[in-house]
Amino acid sequence: MDITILYYLVPSLIMFCCGVYGFITRRNMIAMLISLELMLNSVDINFVVFNRFLYPENMEGMFFTLFAIAIAAAETALAIAIIINVFREAKNISVDDLSKMKH
Amino acid sequence: MDYSQFLAMKQEISLLVLFLLVFLNDTFLPARAQSSIGKITCLLFGLFTLWGFCPVVVGDSVVSAFAGMYETSPVIVAIKNILNVGVLIVLIQSLKWTSSEHQLIRRGEFYELLLVTLFGMYLMISGRHFLVFIIGLESASLPLAAMVAFNKRRYESHEAAAKYILTAVFSSAILLMGLSFVYGLTGTLYFHHIAEGIVSAASANVVLLVIAIAFVMSGMGFKLSLVPFHLWTADVYQGAPTSVTSYLSVISKGSAAFAFLVILWHVFGQVYADAWEWMLYALIVLTITIGNLFAIRQKNLKRFLAFSSISQAGYIMLGIIGNNPMGEAALMYYILVYIFSNLAAFGVIGAIENNCGKVSMDDYNGLYKTNPRLAVTMMLAMFSLAGIPPFAGFFSKFFIFTSAINQGSIAIYVLVLIALINTIISLYYYLLVVKAMFIKDEDEFTVAPFRSAISERIGMWICVAGILALGIVSCFYDSLLNVVGL
Repeated sequence: MDITILYYLVPSLIMFCCGVYGFITRRNMIAMLISLELMLNSVDINFVVFNRFLYPENMEGMFFTLFAIAIAAAETALAIAIIINVFREAKNISVDDLSKMKH
Repeated sequence: MDYSQFLAMKQEISLLVLFLLVFLNDTFLPARAQSSIGKITCLLFGLFTLWGFCPVVVGDSVVSAFAGMYETSPVIVAIKNILNVGVLIVLIQSLKWTSSEHQLIRRGEFYELLLVTLFGMYLMISGRHFLVFIIGLESASLPLAAMVAFNKRRYESHEAAAKYILTAVFSSAILLMGLSFVYGLTGTLYFHHIAEGIVSAASANVVLLVIAIAFVMSGMGFKLSLVPFHLWTADVYQGAPTSVTSYLSVISKGSAAFAFLVILWHVFGQVYADAWEWMLYALIVLTITIGNLFAIRQKNLKRFLAFSSISQAGYIMLGIIGNNPMGEAALMYYILVYIFSNLAAFGVIGAIENNCGKVSMDDYNGLYKTNPRLAVTMMLAMFSLAGIPPFAGFFSKFFIFTSAINQGSIAIYVLVLIALINTIISLYYYLLVVKAMFIKDEDEFTVAPFRSAISERIGMWICVAGILALGIVSCFYDSLLNVVGL
């Protein structure tokens, strides 16, 4: 069987949509963070696949992916630190309870 | 490798040196010397701001370095200088807050994080490759989340930081998705290569291109807090410490606007009419109108200024649409004036909050009778933000409208008309604050008379001087026109 570019792009798009769906529907901040990771990883797949299949003469997409992974790790570390701070104050990490500021 | 190309990055490198000095001072000097770290940072940053005005290496031409990944030119240097002036005012205004009891142990970190975000903004403005741009964008927005969470003892600060980091990561994921489609369509991440290949990409698959640009625009729209991507703004502005809020609303927004200008016109400029003209129109109309309508009913002044800054972002976008040298000058002038007027308002709010912790509009009733100087400063800031003639805000709006109208299509006329009507609406809510301060009588909630700290007064004097001088003295605008080559 011939593995074409579509076999990579469609799962990556599904992953991205799952991430968006999870980010919007989940109420737990850790679960939202996992959804964000899904979105970022699907972007990485996209870059690598476009590089490998369409433009194999240079490595721009691969390098971009390496940097994107590092950035995603930094984002996660910071987000978890902030979530821990919220947990210490509110004893809860549900976003429904993050509604003190409305007016 | 040609090492002389590092000279093109003179502002970035001197900012790094400044960061290292502050960091070493904070880490290794004895506690006695650390107590003056805020003043030392202000002094060093003042020297750095002056150094930015010295024309070294960059003559009148565009210099690109690192195989075209980095670019600098007189326009870019002027943009960075404008941002530097704003950061200097923010630093001066935050001196009192950082030396308050709760922040004492961590105040060095505030200055370090702030300098790192400024470095990221420099990369954002100068980067001509999407890798450099993304690294700049992330190092500009991630430390800001830590700064928003800076008031460790206030719950609101953490809530705001959680909202900020989640939306920031979400928006950068969307932006990256758009970029991956752009990469798939054109096979490169260099701005000028994409610009060359984008016309053939548009004829090959216009739907994919429109989707990619929509993703990129919504990712950037989050950073600029354009409607409908503005939902984080009000909560984050309210919860963050006032110094951080002023930094977010002025410097972060200004740098994002310049980066947006570069991306839209230098990368996607060729397919303006095919792909994103209507998106930009919709964004501008929605941003100005909804920002204004929601600002009317706000009672908390920081929240009020958040919605006012959303509608100001719409006017900034109007400057982006007029893609000509005059539009560029008008945009720079608008941001400069916006820096002075908004920082004057935040200076007053911060001084009152540091003194007695009041931020509600009802607390400002009769402020003129108790604290006349603060009330007059606030009034000047509101008049300038609303655009009342003798002050700088009127001229900046006037130039923005003129440069947009120069495009000369019916759609632009309608757009400018909507923006003009919105200026009148905005007058109403800016004057509500003035009415509260000058016409209403004081009651038991009114801020009691107090004397603000010397650093806060210096910051406000600079802002007031800027509001008055920028409008009347024409040499500022003329020099900006010189920079863009008119």
